[in-house]
Amino acid sequence: MKVRAQIGKVLNLDKCIGCHTCSVTCKNVWTSREGMEYAWFNNVETKPGIGYPKDWENQERWNGGWVCTPSGSIRPKMGGKWRLLAKIFANPDLPEIDDYYEPFTFDYGHLQSAGESKAFPTARPRSLISGQRMEKIEGGPNWEEILGGEFSKRSQDYNFEGVQKEIYGQFENTFMMYLPRLCEHCLNPTCVAACPSGSIYKREEDGIVLIDQEKCRGWRMCVSGCPYKKIYFNWKTGKSEKCIFCYPRIEAGQPTVCSETCVGRIRYLGVMLYDADRIEEAASAEHVEDLYQAQLDIFLDPNDPAVIAQARKDGVPEAWLEAARHSPVWKMAMEWKVAFPLHPEYRTLPMVWYVPPLSPINAAASAGKISARNGMPDVRSLRIPVKYLANLLTAGKEAPVVDALERMLAMRGYMRAKTVEGVVAEEIAREVGLTPAQIEEMYHVMAIANYEDRFVIPTGHREDAEDMYDERGGCGFSFGNGCSGGTSDANLFGAPARKKLQTPSEVF
Amino acid sequence: MADFIHHLLFGIYPYIALAVLAVGSVIRYDREPYSWRAGSSQLLRRKKLIVGSVLFHLGVLMIFAGHLVGLLTPIAVFDALGVSHGAKQLLAIVAGGFAGVLGITGATLLIHRRFFDPRVRAASSFADNMIILLLWAQLALGLGTIPLSLQHLDGREMVKFMTWAQGIFTFRSGAADQIRDAALVFKLHLFMGLTILLLFPFTRLVHMLSAPVRYVWRPGYQVVRSRKMAR
Repeated sequence: MKVRAQIGKVLNLDKCIGCHTCSVTCKNVWTSREGMEYAWFNNVETKPGIGYPKDWENQERWNGGWVCTPSGSIRPKMGGKWRLLAKIFANPDLPEIDDYYEPFTFDYGHLQSAGESKAFPTARPRSLISGQRMEKIEGGPNWEEILGGEFSKRSQDYNFEGVQKEIYGQFENTFMMYLPRLCEHCLNPTCVAACPSGSIYKREEDGIVLIDQEKCRGWRMCVSGCPYKKIYFNWKTGKSEKCIFCYPRIEAGQPTVCSETCVGRIRYLGVMLYDADRIEEAASAEHVEDLYQAQLDIFLDPNDPAVIAQARKDGVPEAWLEAARHSPVWKMAMEWKVAFPLHPEYRTLPMVWYVPPLSPINAAASAGKISARNGMPDVRSLRIPVKYLANLLTAGKEAPVVDALERMLAMRGYMRAKTVEGVVAEEIAREVGLTPAQIEEMYHVMAIANYEDRFVIPTGHREDAEDMYDERGGCGFSFGNGCSGGTSDANLFGAPARKKLQTPSEVF
Repeated sequence: MADFIHHLLFGIYPYIALAVLAVGSVIRYDREPYSWRAGSSQLLRRKKLIVGSVLFHLGVLMIFAGHLVGLLTPIAVFDALGVSHGAKQLLAIVAGGFAGVLGITGATLLIHRRFFDPRVRAASSFADNMIILLLWAQLALGLGTIPLSLQHLDGREMVKFMTWAQGIFTFRSGAADQIRDAALVFKLHLFMGLTILLLFPFTRLVHMLSAPVRYVWRPGYQVVRSRKMAR
């Protein structure tokens, strides 16, 4: 057993209102730069839909993630090391920018400078890559917002596998949900495995997956390797970039920007301990349906004395062990079993988990054919098909999703009985295998969701990493040569031109 | 005067070019690691790149290996192996010609894409545009030497170039004299080649030095870094 800690994340989809605040705040902080206009470290998709980039879940097309070989070991779906190197001159599995969308701006200046005319002047779109006029915008980061577009296109959604999808195209049977997506900071990341330069790495201390910008050579294999398509190639700098899990904030004990600004308070951050020696074993489970359980099996109980002893030996700081005992992620994933990994069948062991959403009762059920238990509807009569959620979260295995939805319904039933009727309905709790105390805690964490319950983040121990005395008076984050902006305007080696700071007196 | 220029171009310029190549690359690697990349534009336009880039890279790599072995292996090694000069020249013409055709076909596709695709064009730097044109011209010059070489298949001319190249690397003062009588197209090819070496550290060509061969024997697939200082 080798104990490692990771800051995991859970998104409670039951409460996501699709406001995109997470995406916009993230964009403003991290990707509002040339070359990254099209990139969204965090984006919110309306499901069912093919998502962003288009059709990202279809690994027959993009070859992301891992496959199990007949010998029982795993290798990237793109191919083993030699196969992957053979793709280095031209990568057939790489999406084109049109698969995301061509970034654009509008000619706002024209609104002010246009001459007198009969019609109002308009701000027409212009490509941010070529600078040319775009006659028609063909796509955007959220092109299917609130079920936009025809059902025939949206229904290409990979999660309809095994679902009779035709009826969901009818207005009265339709359903939708939001799916905010960011880098999964996987335990078994394919992007790391596919990087020929070895520039992508997982941090031992907190599990954050980062790209070393100085070592990245732009071979672009990671873009294809990642099945979630959450690595973006910066076309300006020729290097790949990805969600950094706001590591400067995490190290300071603060939540990521997307979590901090989440209006619906759906995001949770907490420490998970796992057995690093068993990652490969878990990722190699023979049947994809078993991958969810396999990942649960390598998480370690932070209250187990043997785990604590080993964790201390492996150098996990005491504050992290304490945080792990209060981790909201542990509670939702392990204790109540209401959170699930996104597409475990990719064998990456993702660490951003999702609580499936409840939905209104479907038309057939409300027409009197409803099946109910204890006054609660059967979760199979909810609008969002259980099979659809299972395809998204458990590689098609329905039982865990059904249990989770029942527990969430039970929480509502229990709290309703308590607050409206003033009774403690113990039988509702027992029906779903929980105690009244557990239901109350669930309610406190998932429904009330106070700041301190959502974010239990121990600070990083930077004093272990570097001599802090040398850091005094440092210049913080910068591209290239630290604080030195160089003295000439041109750069001999073709590095991006640096913007020099202008003092107010120089502007005039 | 002609003597002086010849000596300058083929006796002294090689050292300038090689020194800039070596020192420039080291400085760039150390001071501008953020600029050290392959500079792929496949994301912006896939069309033509797949065929063009594969043909170009395969051709150029074969030619590079051929020049390296062909020019810098001491002639005594070939003699010991019993490879006649004529046979070696014929091999160079056939293999080099084949690789050259692959390379120039690819380079033509890449040039068309780089200059006529609005997206790729907008994302290209001056160095990107210049180096692909230079490489195309160099491939054309290289192929242009084939008709000349076919006129004398005894390998004498080739041995002169080998002696020159090996003379440069072994610091022989009279190296440039070896190729005094070579045809103009050869001299242009040599000059252009040296110029490409000179420009190497200032262009995207540096990605060659980072060819990810170590990936093959990197243990396992995963990379984990610890921030803890080695104590």
